[in-house]
Amino acid sequence: MSDQLKEVINQQNKQQNTDLNQLDDIVQLVGFVIGEEEYAIPILAIQEIIKPFSWTRVPQVPAYVLGVFNLRGAVIPLIDLRAKFGLQIKKQSDETRFIVMRHGDDVAGFVIDRLTMAIRLKKGDIGPAPDTVNGNDTIIDGVGKQADKIITILKVNKLLERDF
Amino acid sequence: MDEFQEILQDFLIESFELVEKLDEDLVELENNPEDLELLNGIFRVAHTVKGASSFLNFDVLTHLTHHMEDVLNKARHGDLLITPDIMDVILESIDLMKALLETIRDTSADAGIDVAACVVRLDKITGGDGEVDTPAAVEAPVEEVTPQPVVEEAAADDVDYDSMSPDDLEAEIEKLLQERQDEDKAKREAKIAAGEEVLAAPPEPIEDEPAAPKAEPTPAPTPEVAPAPAPVETAPKKDDPKAAAPAKRAPATVEQTIRVDVKRLDHLMNLIGELVLAKNRLIKINDDVEERYEGEEFLEELNQVVSIVSLVTTDLQIAVMKTRMLPIGKVFNKFPRMIRDLSRELNKKIDLELAGEDTELDKSIVEEIGDPLVHIIRNSCDHGVETPDIRLAQGKSETGTIGLKAYNEGNQIVIQIDDDGKGLDAGMLKDKSVEKGLITEKEADNMSDKEAFTLIFKPGFSTAAAVTSVSGRGVGMDVVKTNIEKLNGIIDIDSEIGVGTSMKLKIPLTLAIIQALLVGVQEEYYAIPLASVLETVRISKDEIYTVEGRSVMRLREDVLSLVHIGDIFEVERILDASEHAYVVVLGLGTSKLGLIVDTLVGQEEIVIKSLGDYLKGIEGVAGATIRGDGGVTLIVDVVALMSMARDVKSTALSDASSAEVSNEKTKASDYTIMIVDDSKTDRTIMRKALEPLGVTLVEAADGQEALNILKSGDHNFDGMLVDIEMPRMDGYTLATEIKKYNKYKNLPLIAVTSRTGKSDRMRGVESGMVEYITKPYSADYLSSVVQRNVNFKSEFL
Repeated sequence: MSDQLKEVINQQNKQQNTDLNQLDDIVQLVGFVIGEEEYAIPILAIQEIIKPFSWTRVPQVPAYVLGVFNLRGAVIPLIDLRAKFGLQIKKQSDETRFIVMRHGDDVAGFVIDRLTMAIRLKKGDIGPAPDTVNGNDTIIDGVGKQADKIITILKVNKLLERDF
Repeated sequence: MDEFQEILQDFLIESFELVEKLDEDLVELENNPEDLELLNGIFRVAHTVKGASSFLNFDVLTHLTHHMEDVLNKARHGDLLITPDIMDVILESIDLMKALLETIRDTSADAGIDVAACVVRLDKITGGDGEVDTPAAVEAPVEEVTPQPVVEEAAADDVDYDSMSPDDLEAEIEKLLQERQDEDKAKREAKIAAGEEVLAAPPEPIEDEPAAPKAEPTPAPTPEVAPAPAPVETAPKKDDPKAAAPAKRAPATVEQTIRVDVKRLDHLMNLIGELVLAKNRLIKINDDVEERYEGEEFLEELNQVVSIVSLVTTDLQIAVMKTRMLPIGKVFNKFPRMIRDLSRELNKKIDLELAGEDTELDKSIVEEIGDPLVHIIRNSCDHGVETPDIRLAQGKSETGTIGLKAYNEGNQIVIQIDDDGKGLDAGMLKDKSVEKGLITEKEADNMSDKEAFTLIFKPGFSTAAAVTSVSGRGVGMDVVKTNIEKLNGIIDIDSEIGVGTSMKLKIPLTLAIIQALLVGVQEEYYAIPLASVLETVRISKDEIYTVEGRSVMRLREDVLSLVHIGDIFEVERILDASEHAYVVVLGLGTSKLGLIVDTLVGQEEIVIKSLGDYLKGIEGVAGATIRGDGGVTLIVDVVALMSMARDVKSTALSDASSAEVSNEKTKASDYTIMIVDDSKTDRTIMRKALEPLGVTLVEAADGQEALNILKSGDHNFDGMLVDIEMPRMDGYTLATEIKKYNKYKNLPLIAVTSRTGKSDRMRGVESGMVEYITKPYSADYLSSVVQRNVNFKSEFL
């Protein structure tokens, strides 16, 4: 291997390393809207985002559990976050999406009104959940501050927890 | 370390297999204390375990097995006769051995179990020649003079073989072989001399070794010679299995097997499941394509491919299923020992007859079936078979018999447990249940004997007067039922007082893929395991009667209670029920239930998938499956459904009193009218005619769009103006579709059309139109017709 090539590779490695260092302090999130509010979840908790399609109703569950759907051969529960957050049920529109989230072995699809964007936030810009929300049981992981707005970051494990 | 782990694994697998067989052999031995072959087999196990455990430094286990070996060795040489008391000690030591092996499996060490007491007892037997005198073992040893030294040598020279040079070893084997062949020859001669027909014997009876001892135990003439080859056989086997293999000279009869990790098989099964789903989908697509491109040439080719794929998939599925099959003998093995212990404990004499041990079942089922069988057999021993004196008094033989057999029946395995005990007393069962408050007296009166027998499965039920260590707590049989039902199996009991009880467990061959009946209710589909479906019947509404708030129907001689699947699964009644419905008759043991559904879709092979942790435990749902069209269909849990049906009030087919949302109209714009016409001009003319009323108007350009608007539920319509000639969906079809919905049954539909023929009007009425306005019309006329039909309040004018 020529020295020149080595140098180039070294340089690249260095660059990657610095990139990684920066990544350590940065949280990548995906933002979405439910009702009037913007929420976000860590991008790594998202298995995929899909357009809505038909699902099968399941009896004896709370209204916010719409049912189950077929994701490439796996049967996955579908949860309407509007209903779960106590908002009025709205018809699905062109912007409605299913976000399939995973935490460990738990997988579920969540219906959201629309996606906003992928967000990179410095860890320093994320504050704790407000004290008023009920203790450790909260579904809110923290509050991300952006230039013009704040975003509520949700706990994926809490979303995937069965609470009925 | 890894190597050690590997050896340890092999050791454990081998030991557990040996020990499993041991129980059976020991009980057999007790009946046949002089069966040398059995004794040798048992001795070999103790010896093998001892050898391996000493190598692996399991001192406690080595210590125990060493002493066991001593006892067995004595018995083997005829110095000791195995009496029940000695057998108790041996069995105890085997239990300890099992416990030790389990400890090793869990902790990789054999500490924590005290074997001292047992060892002392074992020693006592060997040392004091037992409390037992040794009279009987005379016959066998006489002729055993020749093999004896060989055995002696083999047992003593154990260590020697290891230190031998390969050449010496070779010579030793050669010597043993020679001896054996001589003996074989001698035996053959003896056989011929004894006048036995050796007709099947080929010139070189290759399979001599495994076959001969088996063939001979019954005929008495040559017993002295028969046991002789056995000890020799043990010698090479235990010392050097590899070298012994060629000596066995029977490779043809040895089944070739490999060990496979169960996880791999599970994975394979999952993959097959996916394949079956894909196959279903392919078949559906094929049907669709066939419909669309009828008569095209490529269709035949496609057909062929699809049928080959589906055929191969089915075969593959069966083949993989078979790899997961285990003989049920694995479970049966532990029962001879259990019966022996129980009969001693209960002071009864009980024989166990096993049959069909080779019947194969899916591994997961074999694992689940053990506990229920234990409970049933305990129950038979305790409650079924009487004590010897009672039996004699009743003219039965002193010894009771419990039969345990397994066989195939169609797509199911039947495990049958028979006893010739006192049988179940239906009347007594009912009385007890009423007494304990498990059923009401009324229920008891209506119960058939067969239904009464199933009372023993009720939680909290026990027929035993007192709780014994064996049974009587009233938990066991309840567990049996739950476990069997978990396997989608059913239990069938037959019994006659004084003659005995027969219990049949019918269990499906496999759990993952089942045949199901697909049914439709409103716009939903459900899959019902076909094993629980007895029949389907088409009925009309007036065949349903209501008795005490429950729907019932007459099915031939019986009265069948009915429940609507929609009531169980909270299905919204959107569509109007038709005159006819289908009843799926579900059967589970003796209980039956009619499930009313709207449509029968057909039979399909489905793959059971779990709903996952988030949705587990939904009553009445056993899981889900993915259909050919990619949709998810829920699988009905018949057991749960039966119990849920008891709490459901009957609504059955009675027209769910069309809960019309009668919104109070407070202003003119509360009235909503839909205008359906494909012509923009016509819609505008109608709009202009109705606008003066101040009502809210919604427009649709064809029937399909109108139906979608209606279904979306965004508006509450009070009336509709419908054109007849429209693209996509015409007015008649639209009217028929709308009338299917309960909610819109009373929605006034006004036809506005240029068709004036009488037959057109007739069709309009048939499809549910209330008025028929022909174009052209005056604005006032249209307005007045609408006002009349929507009960427009005059004060808004």
